[in-house]
Amino acid sequence: MATPRPSFSGLAVGDVVATREVIVTRDSLVRYAGASGDFNPIHYNDVFATSVGLPGVITHGMFTMGQAASVLEEWAGAGNVVDYQVRFSRPIPVPNPGEAVVSVTAKVGALDEEAKAVRVDLAVEFEGQKVLGKAQAVVACA
Amino acid sequence: MAVNADAVGRAYGPVEKYEVARVKIREFADAVDARAAEHRDVDAATAAGYPDLVVPTTFAAAIAQRAEFQVVVDPEVGVDFSRVVHAEQRFVHHRPIVAGDVIEATIHIDSITSRAGISMVTTRAELVDAQGSPVSTVFSTIAVREGE
Repeated sequence: MATPRPSFSGLAVGDVVATREVIVTRDSLVRYAGASGDFNPIHYNDVFATSVGLPGVITHGMFTMGQAASVLEEWAGAGNVVDYQVRFSRPIPVPNPGEAVVSVTAKVGALDEEAKAVRVDLAVEFEGQKVLGKAQAVVACA
Repeated sequence: MAVNADAVGRAYGPVEKYEVARVKIREFADAVDARAAEHRDVDAATAAGYPDLVVPTTFAAAIAQRAEFQVVVDPEVGVDFSRVVHAEQRFVHHRPIVAGDVIEATIHIDSITSRAGISMVTTRAELVDAQGSPVSTVFSTIAVREGE
């Protein structure tokens, strides 16, 4: 019972399986706050964000992690990511007005022939610097 | 004030059951730009073999975070929420979550380490369905800066 899984055969370490540029605006953060229930004001209130030492409003780490997962899902199919972890290494400030552009690239990191599982490594960057560290997902393949 | 390392091993909950709704799945899919039809269209989800709409990969955070809040507000753990940043997150999915699931979360404090004025607190949320079967395990690590 699942979306068709991606095919294991033919994959090689280093293959790029999905990539996307994510355009982030304040609107994106308000939507995520409502959808997730995370109403920390550092994600919508500049006065509050600067009062706690941030450069301004920043994305929810979980917003960034979720957007990166959606890029991976384009290849993996809905419901086929069985394990997914990240470290939040750098905040992403979102200007107002304006936008932050985050690039996501998903690459095959390791292949488990026996389990028909693929470890995918996600490179998630903002202004040329990594914002997520050790971003790895395991996808169940067929 | 530092976080109380003796709090390791504490468990919380379950509290209120979380009922997974179609409208919430669609809203979350829009918010993270998850484009698969199985998040939005019941016919597409059932055609793919799911009993109902399936959630995006990180949806379980919305369930876990409600329960994790018990740790932050526990005075015996001693987390100052204004000094918290999210450091690490991991999901281990035992089966996909679908609309109609009724989920309970139990939180465990797995580790607390302190170094250079920063305490790292790792919690584990065990999400189970109405039958008590495991659905997802959600690990979350927060970094707490100590006060002056």
